Amino acid sequence: MTIVWNDPVNLMSYVTYVFQTVFGYPKEKAEKLMLDVHHKGKAVVSSGTREEMERDVQILHSYGLWATVQPDSVK
Amino acid sequence: MCRFSTPTACGRRSSRTRSSESYESYKSYNTEVEASEAARVSSGFSRGKEGTVIAKFEAAEISLLRSLVSMMLGIVSPGQTSDDPLERALGIGDSAVPSDPVLARLFPSAYEDEKEAAEFRRYTEATLRDGKRADAQTVHETARAGRAELSPEQAQAWLRSLNDLRLTLGTKLDVTEEVHDEIAMMSEDDPRYPAYVTYDWLTYLQDSLVRALW
Repeated sequence: MTIVWNDPVNLMSYVTYVFQTVFGYPKEKAEKLMLDVHHKGKAVVSSGTREEMERDVQILHSYGLWATVQPDSVK
Repeated sequence: MCRFSTPTACGRRSSRTRSSESYESYKSYNTEVEASEAARVSSGFSRGKEGTVIAKFEAAEISLLRSLVSMMLGIVSPGQTSDDPLERALGIGDSAVPSDPVLARLFPSAYEDEKEAAEFRRYTEATLRDGKRADAQTVHETARAGRAELSPEQAQAWLRSLNDLRLTLGTKLDVTEEVHDEIAMMSEDDPRYPAYVTYDWLTYLQDSLVRALW
């Protein structure tokens, strides 16, 4: 899973826009994920193979979001 | 996350706003402030034709922006790859977490597990560094006083680079989610004031650009 963590710098509007742009999510879904990050401290933003998660994390890092890969085996 | 999302981020919010007695008087005062600030603060971004973005800046703002992205290029050195030609071709580089807190924030660890994080960093940080440098270069080359049209790709580079600048300043200033209230309360004589106002201005620009792209 790809996790995005809350941080004090990234703007709510920006984070929503990045979720829409990177994952192609509709605005409502992107906003809900953004609010989950804001209120709960983190949110699962995508899931798939390890390679897919690593690609997502790298793109999210290019946009300055604090993202990590959570290996499924931990579940 | 930073809650801030209106154009009043730019500029100092008057403490008079706080002392307004009723919500209604607060609201009308605030509307006046927004209108006057919108008239005064003409800089920012708007939607152009076919995915382009129109950027409008004063000459002084452009020189500030250029100096900020130059600082960025100084902080983010090119991705270091090893001497091995194959590793260099694959963009394989350093695996250690940067000791500088700014770099550690710009290039966060992708795994909680240290070994996995190091492996991921070895394969990605050099590419990410080069990407951030390319974005900063794009801003440096396309920033100009007056009106400028940015292609969709250039607008994305601006978006990422403005955020890199905010992350850099935000980490150095150790900002919290309450940063905009802190700025509103801060004395102009405070030695931190210029840096906080710059951060606030970058926040306003970032939000303006997101709205132009939406």
